[in-house]
Amino acid sequence: MMSTITLDRPTEQVTSKEASIAAQTVLELRNIEKSYDMKTLIIKDIDLQLKQGEFVSIIGPSGAGKSTLLRCINRMIEPSSGDIIFDGTNITQLSKSALRKQRTKIGMVFQHYNLVSRLTVFENVLHGRFGYKSTLQGILGLYTEEEKMLALSILEKLGMKDHVYKRCDQLSGGQKQRVGIARALVQQPKLLLCDEPIASLDPNSSKVIMDHLKEISQSMGITVLVNLHQVDVALKYSDRIIGLNRGSKLFDDLPKRLSQMDIRNIYGAEVDELIFE
Amino acid sequence: MEHTALLQGIHVKNGKIKTRTLTKATITVRAVIIFLTIFTLIGPFLLKYSTIDWPTAIFYTFDNLKMMFLQPAFNQITFGTAITQIVITLALAFLATILGAFVSFFLAISTAKNLAPASLSNAIIAFNSVIRAVPTVLWVLIFAIVAGLGAVAAVLGMMLHTMAYLTKAYAESFEEIEEGAIEALRASGASWWHIIFHCVLPQSASYLVSWTFLRFETNYGVAIAMGAAAAAGGIGFELFMSSSFYYDLHEVGMITYCALIVAIVLEVIALQIKKRLMTQ
Amino acid sequence: MTTTNFLRMKKWKMTGIIILLLAITYGSSMITDFDVMKGIKSIPGTIAWIATNLIPDAAAMENLPKVLSRLWETIILSVIASTTAAVCAFFFAIFGSKTTQINRILAFSTRLIASVFRNIPVVAWALVLVISFGHNVVTGYFALFISTFGTLVRMFMETIDEASADGVEALNATGATYFQMVFKGVLPDTMPQMLSWLFYMIETNIRSATLIGLLTGTGIGYLFDLHYKRLDYGTLGLITLSIIVVVIAIEFTSNKVRRMIL
Ligand SMILES: Nc1ncnc2c1ncn2[C@@H]1O[C@H](COP(=O)(O)OP(=O)(O)OP(=O)(O)O)[C@@H](O)[C@H]1O
Ligand SMILES: [Mg+2]
Repeated sequence: MMSTITLDRPTEQVTSKEASIAAQTVLELRNIEKSYDMKTLIIKDIDLQLKQGEFVSIIGPSGAGKSTLLRCINRMIEPSSGDIIFDGTNITQLSKSALRKQRTKIGMVFQHYNLVSRLTVFENVLHGRFGYKSTLQGILGLYTEEEKMLALSILEKLGMKDHVYKRCDQLSGGQKQRVGIARALVQQPKLLLCDEPIASLDPNSSKVIMDHLKEISQSMGITVLVNLHQVDVALKYSDRIIGLNRGSKLFDDLPKRLSQMDIRNIYGAEVDELIFE
Repeated sequence: MEHTALLQGIHVKNGKIKTRTLTKATITVRAVIIFLTIFTLIGPFLLKYSTIDWPTAIFYTFDNLKMMFLQPAFNQITFGTAITQIVITLALAFLATILGAFVSFFLAISTAKNLAPASLSNAIIAFNSVIRAVPTVLWVLIFAIVAGLGAVAAVLGMMLHTMAYLTKAYAESFEEIEEGAIEALRASGASWWHIIFHCVLPQSASYLVSWTFLRFETNYGVAIAMGAAAAAGGIGFELFMSSSFYYDLHEVGMITYCALIVAIVLEVIALQIKKRLMTQ
Repeated sequence: MTTTNFLRMKKWKMTGIIILLLAITYGSSMITDFDVMKGIKSIPGTIAWIATNLIPDAAAMENLPKVLSRLWETIILSVIASTTAAVCAFFFAIFGSKTTQINRILAFSTRLIASVFRNIPVVAWALVLVISFGHNVVTGYFALFISTFGTLVRMFMETIDEASADGVEALNATGATYFQMVFKGVLPDTMPQMLSWLFYMIETNIRSATLIGLLTGTGIGYLFDLHYKRLDYGTLGLITLSIIVVVIAIEFTSNKVRRMIL
């Protein structure tokens, strides 16, 4: 269904080269470090590679630096040192406007949904197209019919088509998060960064959201990187898990290789309350 | 085919898909903005201008502003006088605030919905909005007819607006007190005045103090204006004299700077207080 | 034991504060020549005076057209000064607010400029402008514009600060430009509150315009001054009454609109 609507950014690699693309690296982090105060390192020397269509979770205790790391990737937070190579471009070197162009290819999903609450679902989703427009087109809300159809088709996929004209402050948490995901998808991204997308949701909505994210990575070939609090959720959905503790990467492997020992290392003393109840 | 299915339940107008449906709120906002825009565009043509020589006027304005802000100096009065007059202005503002606060307290306990009957409350609210509708300077001039121009008229005139403002602020603070706390005292047979002094007042004291100070800040500005426009004394009167009597813009500038510094100090304190109010 | 101590302390503190306030009140009335007794006595006198003199009589009604035309002028002045100031204040507010600031130096300077503009007494602007522009509506317009601008920057900035910064973050992440972020991320959520402040300023400016009119010899303030000096109390009553009607009408409308848009 998605392929029926084509937009200005050509979807270069679709069917023919699928096999080779599966191994293609979308994002590479090299020696990323971050310090807010020039003294303590919040992120310590992180190396990371993400492949196309991969579903990767970052787990770790509160304050480990998960959100910071995620925001370093699209430079919402400026990393102190290191290189970010996204889609063949070194993002760390880019000027402001070039960075904006790159950001269109990186969708972001937030814990608190981050919607503009007085606008409709439709308008919020279309905000994802701003990176492709001139300032004036964006301000005047001039979207092409193709863009609107794309937004509608994504909303339908996420089961939100009945709510297109609702104001976002009238939605439930799970619905808001689906709008958040739709806004990210309308960007036609190669990478989706999700910062605790289910931390404010009840178990049922959480499952819906995680299922959608998994589906996105599998059928659309979008790489999904998710910060999670819940180890069990990470185990269930991920192709790969990354364990973060005090800014250091302690684990980076398949879910099945995550041992109790690893979990204890990642979470420290907290662990016993966390899963062994 | 696929498109038609997708467009089910979607508003399309002139071949364009609508991204929002009009609600009462959006229509109102648009109507208000359109009205204000049109009014602003045609408004200037409805005014009568006596002939203005624009280039000259603008040139003189900049010249005057330069004299005022870049070459401030005391000529008719001394720095000491300016300080004294500022203190007098502060004193006028203080008197209006404290007297207004005193009256407001009693009006507020008769206005707060959890303490007073609705009819009394509404009557006071209506009374206050009439009081507030009349500009302070008119109140001062009206009081001056009976009491003579000067401090008495100025303080009383300023007090009225203070009263209207603080009554509302105090009453809102009272209304935020938990119903349970008042209920408990009422159940124990406490009299109305007991409830006021042992529950309402202690619980809302910090709010009352904050609001009162915020109003004091406002009243300082009002007091300057009353000094200039209603001869109430203080720094405003000196401002009026040096500009309208001596045409001494250097001195106007100097006085403005003195008044400004005090105003900014008051504003900084008020902002701190407000921050504390918010986080409480 | 400690509780009684604490209570006693608190009582002393309260007594101390009350004594201090009384002392300042006393001191203030000394230096300003404010006679409390005279003040209290003149209240009933003034009320009685208002009830008997401040009534528009037949002679006053002849001035009605003049009053209405000056009042209309004052309304136009207040509205256009408020709307134009609001547009300028909006841009200053987005540069000054923590959520939407471009950099800290620019934010600090915008806030400083706005603070200076609102804290310089409006009478000072009026008195200076009247020298170059004369007894003219333009004087009133600029004086109102400057003070409204200063106040609205502060109000708008607080509104933007209080609104959630979440939408801003999301729009930045999609690659939106700065002004797309401002107009689509910040404006929709803050517009009703800002309109509400605008109404408040229009209402306030009707009153300020009277004050400025008195000082600069324009608008309804000039008319009041004229009849005040002529001891024509009937007309004063008419002017006061008409201001009351206009201000309350604006307050009423703005309350209605506010309820519809919030
Ligand atoms: N803007 C900031 N300035 C200074 N320190 C910060 C800032 N943001 C985060 N930190 C610090 O960086 C560390 C990591 O924070 P971060 O939000 O990345 O952790 P997290 O793993 O996402 O935690 P949580 O699970 O609670 O969301 C914390 O110690 C936090 O105090
Ligand atoms: Mg986090």
